[in-house]
Amino acid sequence: MIPVIRRLLVLFVRIMVGARSEWRGCSPDTRRRIYFANHNSHVDTVAVMAALPYQVRRLTHPVAARDYWGTSAFRRFIAEKGLRAVLIDRKPLPDSNPLEPLERLLEEGRSILIFPEGTRSATEEIAPFRSGIYRLACRFPDVDLIPIHLDNLQRILPKGSWLIVPITCTARFGKPLRVEPGEEKNAFLARARAAVIELADGGAAR
Amino acid sequence: MTSLFALVLAAILGLLAVASAIGFILQRRATEPGSVATVHNLNARIRSWWIMVAIFGGAILLGDTAVVILFAFLSFMALREFWTLTPSRRGDHLALFLSFFVVLPVHYVLLGTLWYGLFAIFIPVYAFLILPAVATLTGDVNEFLARSARVQWGLMLTVYSISHAPALLMLQTGTPSALLLVYLVIVVQLSDVFQYVWGKLLGKHRFSPNISPSKTLEGLIGGGASAILVGTLLYRLTPFSPLQAAAVSTVIVVAGFFGGFVLSAIKRDLNAKDWGYVIEGHGGVLDRLDSITFAAPLFFHIVRYWFTT
Repeated sequence: MIPVIRRLLVLFVRIMVGARSEWRGCSPDTRRRIYFANHNSHVDTVAVMAALPYQVRRLTHPVAARDYWGTSAFRRFIAEKGLRAVLIDRKPLPDSNPLEPLERLLEEGRSILIFPEGTRSATEEIAPFRSGIYRLACRFPDVDLIPIHLDNLQRILPKGSWLIVPITCTARFGKPLRVEPGEEKNAFLARARAAVIELADGGAAR
Repeated sequence: MTSLFALVLAAILGLLAVASAIGFILQRRATEPGSVATVHNLNARIRSWWIMVAIFGGAILLGDTAVVILFAFLSFMALREFWTLTPSRRGDHLALFLSFFVVLPVHYVLLGTLWYGLFAIFIPVYAFLILPAVATLTGDVNEFLARSARVQWGLMLTVYSISHAPALLMLQTGTPSALLLVYLVIVVQLSDVFQYVWGKLLGKHRFSPNISPSKTLEGLIGGGASAILVGTLLYRLTPFSPLQAAAVSTVIVVAGFFGGFVLSAIKRDLNAKDWGYVIEGHGGVLDRLDSITFAAPLFFHIVRYWFTT
């Protein structure tokens, strides 16, 4: 039953927003990876998942905020069962490690999808990245981090609206990056953010 | 209708088979990188033609409802391609939502229920008034006129104009109306195909490099004349005499040409090469239907005013 729901969810997303993929800097691979993307709308988790080929998708777990996706049985079901998401706390208790569930997945050889902006931005501008991605990159120096740029999401489902406009969204996958030896947190975060922004070019011109 | 349609379908499938054979031979001969790319694109186009003929022919065989649903779906895809490339602001969100999920379905329901009076004015009167009205609710006045125009033209081209092709099914002319639709589609699409073929074979003089860099004068004249010739020979599908068929095909070809041109101009304005990606070798749905957007309403009205009983 759950696999059927998953398939239907992906099919629905493909019909509604196209959910196309464009592999620019790398190709689909089942090796464990950390995918990270810009965050504009509720659709973007499903858009990336639908853009991944099935073999990759089934090994990839998006990260979702517990304070949003954990608040009702329906949202929880869509997130945890439909998308295989891991729910994490955006405001963790002191002395706890909110990244723990992600580290466990990566140790098991699975891939994760994170949105380092932390929250959906209200504009097309990409907000500064939060530090979680840096900590993961340091903890797993041999795992490729793949930047993803999602276009049009702001227009498909803007913050504060529940009406989906079925404009096509393209997920562009860029060149893998890793944390360099001795690279500082802010330098790495800026580099990762720049990698996403770089993929934004010519969204309409292509 | 069925025997005549079966004959036309057989002819088209035969033509496609010949095209596929030529494509296969060219593929084995092509060696230079440039010609390899051209042949590759040609073969992708031919493959897509097989699929398009199967879908369109299948819908015609299934009957009027299937045809209307097919065109509603094509309009949906075309409108989506239009808005994927065209900029919009937060203040347009509700208007866009209504375009896709209220205006488009209502318009096609009016078509399906043969309510011509409201079908003809629903978009150009009511949608055109209501959508800008809705857009004022967010209070965003930035580029308001230009934004309203984009919302309206998106619907005009992708929904209203295209729907005039299946609207031919409403008309009582004494001949099966589905064949009128087949006739329109054949003449418009053959005109495009012939323009492409003539242009590739002997095109030299670029017609309008700014708007459509691949269109040549030779392609235009040769392609248009060939399509008009076929349109004249196919007069039996229609209520026209051979002479009338020649005149009507000329109108279709000229209108179709401007349709392609106007849609190309919009694409250039938006810095895009193709409208979309769903039809291999052709681009998007709107790349294939651009000529129809102008040819369908003209053909519809000509038939409606002069040939309905």
